[in-house]
Amino acid sequence: MAIAEYSDGPVSVPVPDERGESAVPHVEFVGVDKSYDGRNLVVRGLDLEVERGEFLTLLGPSGSGKTTCLMMLAGFEATTAGTIRIGGRPIHDLPPHKRGIGMVFQNYALFPHMTVGGNLAFPLEVRGVEAALRRERVERALSLVQLEGLEDRKPSQLSGGQQQRVAIARALVFEPELVLMDEPLGALDRRLREEMQYEIRRIHSTLGVTVVYVTHDQQEAMTLSDRVAVFHNGMIEQAASPEVLYEEPEKAFVARFIGENNRLDGVVVSEGDGVCDVDVDGLRIRAMSLGLCPPGARATVVIRPERVAVSALPGRYRNEVETKIDDMIFLGDHLRVHMTVGGCSDFIAKIPNVVGHGAVLPGDTVTVGWAALDCRALVPEELREGEEEW
Amino acid sequence: MTPGEASTSRSPARPLWRRALGPRLRAAGLALPLVAFVTVTFAGPMLSLLTKSFYDPEVADALPETIAALRQWDGDGAPPDAVFAATAREFVAARTERTLGRTANRVNRVVSGMRSVIMGGSRLMVEAAAEAEAAGVTTDGAFWRETMIGIDARWRTPEPWRALRDAGQRFTARHYLKALDFERGPEGGYVRQAEEWRIYVPLFWRTLKVSLGVTLLCLVIGYPIAHLIANSPPRRANVLLLLVLLPFWTSLLVRTTSWIVLLQNQGIVNDFLVAVGLIGDENRIAMIYNMTGTFIAMTHVLLPFLVLPLYSVMRSIPPAYMSAAASLGATPLQALRRVYWPQTLPGVGAGCLLTFILAIGYYITPALVGGQSGQLISNMIAYHVQTSLNWGLAAALAALLLGGVTALYVVYDRLVGIDRLGLG
Ligand SMILES: Nc1ncnc2c1ncn2[C@@H]1O[C@H](COP(=O)(O)OP(=O)(O)OP(=O)(O)O)[C@@H](O)[C@H]1O
Ligand SMILES: [Mg+2]
Repeated sequence: MAIAEYSDGPVSVPVPDERGESAVPHVEFVGVDKSYDGRNLVVRGLDLEVERGEFLTLLGPSGSGKTTCLMMLAGFEATTAGTIRIGGRPIHDLPPHKRGIGMVFQNYALFPHMTVGGNLAFPLEVRGVEAALRRERVERALSLVQLEGLEDRKPSQLSGGQQQRVAIARALVFEPELVLMDEPLGALDRRLREEMQYEIRRIHSTLGVTVVYVTHDQQEAMTLSDRVAVFHNGMIEQAASPEVLYEEPEKAFVARFIGENNRLDGVVVSEGDGVCDVDVDGLRIRAMSLGLCPPGARATVVIRPERVAVSALPGRYRNEVETKIDDMIFLGDHLRVHMTVGGCSDFIAKIPNVVGHGAVLPGDTVTVGWAALDCRALVPEELREGEEEW
Repeated sequence: MTPGEASTSRSPARPLWRRALGPRLRAAGLALPLVAFVTVTFAGPMLSLLTKSFYDPEVADALPETIAALRQWDGDGAPPDAVFAATAREFVAARTERTLGRTANRVNRVVSGMRSVIMGGSRLMVEAAAEAEAAGVTTDGAFWRETMIGIDARWRTPEPWRALRDAGQRFTARHYLKALDFERGPEGGYVRQAEEWRIYVPLFWRTLKVSLGVTLLCLVIGYPIAHLIANSPPRRANVLLLLVLLPFWTSLLVRTTSWIVLLQNQGIVNDFLVAVGLIGDENRIAMIYNMTGTFIAMTHVLLPFLVLPLYSVMRSIPPAYMSAAASLGATPLQALRRVYWPQTLPGVGAGCLLTFILAIGYYITPALVGGQSGQLISNMIAYHVQTSLNWGLAAALAALLLGGVTALYVVYDRLVGIDRLGLG
């Protein structure tokens, strides 16, 4: 099969040996600031390490500085302060064409006046690779993205998905060890997106290259990444594996941005041993604590809707509230139950559509409950001046 | 589709072609004023002028019998008596009606010297005719042969007759032959003029070279300008574009004459160079009233025509391509040559074609600043239209120019495709 052949060929990236090389991160951002106008920092104090062969995604709302980071790494923007290192070597004096980084642009940026073959051969030609080897490598790269036989088409004669594949092949054909992708699937429809996500995963695991990927689609970030760095206002809120981000958010922004969360604002009453009690509108809630909210401080308690049990047996859960069901929405595999809890009028619980769900109806008064382990007390998000809520 | 369907439901009996006719007629009607305007002001005059380059009925209309009689002549020696009789009769008649001068001028253009032959001879012929009438002598062909040869011995030779015969052709290639520097040889027929006498072909070559040179110069200067404008932030791009367009707001005449102020012998540039001490006062540089002047002024005038199409094409090229090229390992020069330049080719083609076509017909600028050595073919056309009044020749020159430009356009279309032209 094509993939296996490919991985045996010279295109495969050398795997770091155990001795030392892997000790140095492939990419390091150290205290990087960036300002375009000299006044506002769009990236501030960025510290980030990317391991060799890792698939790291920068995830964040629009304007949070993801593209800017990628551009600084690729060499198209200068850093205002701080250092970026690749393989331990600072790269501020390396022009983009000497960095050897493969890049996939959002709108592909395939050269329209060249054929697919010409586009793929371009990075090899400018490196002076001889014709025979060039042809061989172009063919291999095309088979990697499963586009054999399309060498002679112009990019305009390809579908969006095919263009995307060509763009990926072009970024890989000169065997870079680091590949950057800036919302490469942004222009595709959902089905094609999912297919390409799978494709990108497959290529990444085949070649073992380091990938830094930018998206603002959290689903995509979760599907693809070894690690996700959540961006907000030019800062990384949390960088962790998708599971950790989902289960153990450390910042209220991450809890809000990743998946769905109920949020209850209150004041910490007591804290210790990794748990705390929070007073939310008269309600006493026991939550996991990160040690950042001392007694008396404000805290946001977050609970995933699927961890909330409706009409729970009394005494089963540490946190229990009696409330009325405002509304219920049927969504096929589950039901969304809307309630008012602790002053939050939009408290949601998801009940799986299994036997017995019909036990409750809108207007019923029920007991909802959740375990202390399933809810976390976080430092509340403070909205900076002039910043609208995302 | 809806109007068609609506009318189907209203009048199903109407045949299909008539239903389609209405909208088409209406559309054609809207274009009618434009068609009329173009016909009256452009196509009509142009056709009538171009016709003059090969259709010249004046002599044939003025001397119909002479021309008819000359058709029987074999072209060797003197023609038969009948020709002499017809010629004399028409010369005398035209002379009395004072229309012979114009005809003589026409014939003189075909063979120079014929004006004096005709005008001088005809005066004596009128006298001879009067004397003969008074003496009661019959004025037949033999009489006129003798009289005319007596007046001017050249009527014995075939040359003046050939001149009359050739001038009497309604359809003629002689303007074109003249425009290509052919002259009548001693045996009739046309031969190329001696090298030092050729005027038009060298002028065509010069025009071609100047136009190519100016186009190239415009490209070399205009490409970076267009690139700069296309890659500036909007505010700055607007200002720069305004500067490029500024020359359009001043009259062509003002722009050209300001070059005189700058470049003439006692002009600003020379004064400056002398003041700085780069050149001595006695060898000021001749930058105007010669080819240099034509070059500089035309490049200045035509630059916007190259910059604008180029700019509009460059603006549509996303900067991501250059970034992509760099990320793929291309040096800035490689990226420019392999990625940017090919994509600007439609604009380069459009701008160059436009500039070249404008340059090849340029007239005022060379006339003002070109001096003797900086004149182009259009100046010659203007001379023949305004001064020498040889419209036939002017038309032939113009037709050759038009033909050349059209040929160029067709070649460009074949090679590149006009539809790929980036004019907007
Ligand atoms: N060339 C530039 N000049 C000035 N400001 C810029 C420039 N590029 C980006 N910015 C600003 O920097 C901030 C971060 O932009 P960036 O493109 O990095 O965001 P992003 O996270 O990639 O957003 P998106 O998801 O919308 O692509 C934004 O506020 C943007 O307005
Ligand atoms: Mg972006």
